[in-house]
Amino acid sequence: MAIMGREYHHAHHFPSARAEADAAKLGMWTFLATEVLMFSGLFMAYTAYRSTHAEMFKAAHQLLDWRLGGLNTLVLILSSLTMALGVRSAQQNKREQSAFYLVVTLLCAGAFLVVKYFEYTHKIHLGLLPGGYYTYNGPEFAGIDSPHIFFGIYFLLTGLHGFHVLFGMIAITWILLRTTRGDFSSKYYTPVELVGLYWHLVDLIWIYLFPLLYLVG
Amino acid sequence: MTQYSPKSAQGDRPASPSFYKAARGIGSWLYTLDHKRIGIMYLVFVLAAFLLGGVFALLVRTELLTPGKTIVDANTYNRLFTLHGVVMVFLVIIPSIPASLGNLILPLQLGAKDVAFPRLNLASFYIYLIGACFALYSLVNGAVDTGWTFYTPYSNTTDTSVISMVLAAFILGFSSIFTGLNFIATTHSLRAPGMTFFRMPLFVWALYATSVIQILATPVLAITLLLLLAERVLKVGIFDPAMGGDAVLFQHFFWFYSHPAVYIMIVPGFGVVSELITTFSRKPIFGYRAIAMSSIGIAIIGFLVWGHHMFTAGQSEIAGMIFSFLTFLVAIPTAIKVLNWTATMYRGSIVLRTPMWYAIGFLYLFTVGGLTGMYLATAGTDVHLHDTYFVVAHFHFVMMGGTMFAFLGGLHYWWPKITGRMYNETLGSFACLVAFIGFNMTFLTQFVLGAQGMPRRYYNYLDQFQPLHAFSSVGSYVLGLGFLLSAVCLLGTLFKKSDAPDNPWEGTTLEWQTASPPPLENFHDQPAVNAGPYDR
Ligand SMILES: [Cu+2]
Repeated sequence: MAIMGREYHHAHHFPSARAEADAAKLGMWTFLATEVLMFSGLFMAYTAYRSTHAEMFKAAHQLLDWRLGGLNTLVLILSSLTMALGVRSAQQNKREQSAFYLVVTLLCAGAFLVVKYFEYTHKIHLGLLPGGYYTYNGPEFAGIDSPHIFFGIYFLLTGLHGFHVLFGMIAITWILLRTTRGDFSSKYYTPVELVGLYWHLVDLIWIYLFPLLYLVG
Repeated sequence: MTQYSPKSAQGDRPASPSFYKAARGIGSWLYTLDHKRIGIMYLVFVLAAFLLGGVFALLVRTELLTPGKTIVDANTYNRLFTLHGVVMVFLVIIPSIPASLGNLILPLQLGAKDVAFPRLNLASFYIYLIGACFALYSLVNGAVDTGWTFYTPYSNTTDTSVISMVLAAFILGFSSIFTGLNFIATTHSLRAPGMTFFRMPLFVWALYATSVIQILATPVLAITLLLLLAERVLKVGIFDPAMGGDAVLFQHFFWFYSHPAVYIMIVPGFGVVSELITTFSRKPIFGYRAIAMSSIGIAIIGFLVWGHHMFTAGQSEIAGMIFSFLTFLVAIPTAIKVLNWTATMYRGSIVLRTPMWYAIGFLYLFTVGGLTGMYLATAGTDVHLHDTYFVVAHFHFVMMGGTMFAFLGGLHYWWPKITGRMYNETLGSFACLVAFIGFNMTFLTQFVLGAQGMPRRYYNYLDQFQPLHAFSSVGSYVLGLGFLLSAVCLLGTLFKKSDAPDNPWEGTTLEWQTASPPPLENFHDQPAVNAGPYDR
């Protein structure tokens, strides 16, 4: 971490570029804490209903395709790897390599959303929808109470997560543009690092979502 | 005073112009990154919202002068008390001390040039404005009649404009998160050389503890409100018993945020009062570490007590007992603070200026508010007192007698620093006295009403309650008059010449060692610290 130099002009109210970078990272970690807490609310709703409707959760999760979910898990893990490599290349002054890794990360994120799109359309087609819009009437739910709750929680969790993926893609595009413009070097790469942290959290949340939703049984 | 900051007079450079004069024009405010200007813009909007919420309160009290209809019909009344609650909680009290006074004073007390992320600071101000616009939109579009708590299932079925109001609270939450995040990073990274954590003023400690609660609790409010929106828009049904959902789950979600939120509202007030009492007792604060740590203690315990709002909502007896016990624990750090403040005053050379009157008012009102909280924390008595005026009175003693008195005390304390002008001491103290009398007339009465069984939020009531209701309403007018007088007292100074000395109260913290009002970058030279904040 002894890369911070004097050449980069840090904001006037910080004593040094190092202090500025540290403050930015602290801010990002704090923000990530708020993200975790926001999702934890939904995880609590999940836990509450899973404990009262265990049978229903078991029956409902069978309508999710674990192969697609697994594929998306792999895609996101790969994207986390390329993101980490992108940050590392930026630290080492390898601008083109960094840009390349960021593009791969973006492609992975896009692939994730495409797979998600197919999953969603399939469910909308079957009528496996939240609450009042739920119309599915298959044999899986014979004698089982309120499966629409599971799908309500499913759509909220994956929807909120999908929204974060989308926002992550915007952020990655932004640092990609700045990378190609030559804004970053081994002296100053804080934004790349921050977006990297955010992206790892988005992946981490999915790693919890996947087993909880697709593999409950 | 063992802290020092090399004064501009020592060099031969001319004194820098105040931050007001550093730039001019409307753009210098709208795009400003200066924490002082952002703090002032917050202050203006918080005070405007306070006026609005106050008008709603006076209308509610006027309606309650007589049983049955006095001035408005029942549906309008439901909207009025909801709007009073929403405006006061989300637009006034939560941003009041941190976003306005905190923004203005925190960097000064730390000896910093600005907050860590000035652009985020400005963004959070605009997010606050957007949230306020949604609230106003809801207000003119049929308003809301759910109460500020938005309880399901009613909030799902009422045809008033719940969606925009919930969106408003959601957006305001982000403003609050960003301010908290900014303060945490500022406190960690921008303390003056030599200022260790235990040399920070207690106001900084209080804001730090508040920020931690904001960071941890507000996202849960965000998700709760999102779920509520999903209930209304997507009909998800997880809070709707008719669809197999659970309405009490909403209460758990809501209070998991909203109980810590009362500490978001009161802990900054603790910080202000700590400053006032030590300054006007001309004595270092008693038990500095205990006060600092008790803020953190309150922040932690505050997360574990939300169930005390559901003693009568069918939660299990054992859960009720645990929540009751944990709630009692909060009394310990709170009492530590009150005892340390009184110990600071003991044998101090107390100077009774307006801010100190507010601080003394706070001590009494907050203590009554805190002690009546114990009645409500006792699950057994709460069954009787739940949802009565007793709760209303308790809440107002803490939030209004506590936070708003601290806020006004702080506003009077830092007014010379912010504006460079001294106000009329007699008028200021008199306004405080009027508000104090009005407050007690309004809310002491409501303890009695509540204990006699008058339910809160009711439009109509039995004839036997009328004398007390009428007395309470008259009290609210006196209270309003008190605030009006202090507004006259403070705003009147804006029409006169700048006359405040740098340190009118003999304060010891760093903000008093720069000019009133401070220059753009706060201090002429970077201050350094080599002793505790209150050493004289
Ligand atoms: Cu509470």
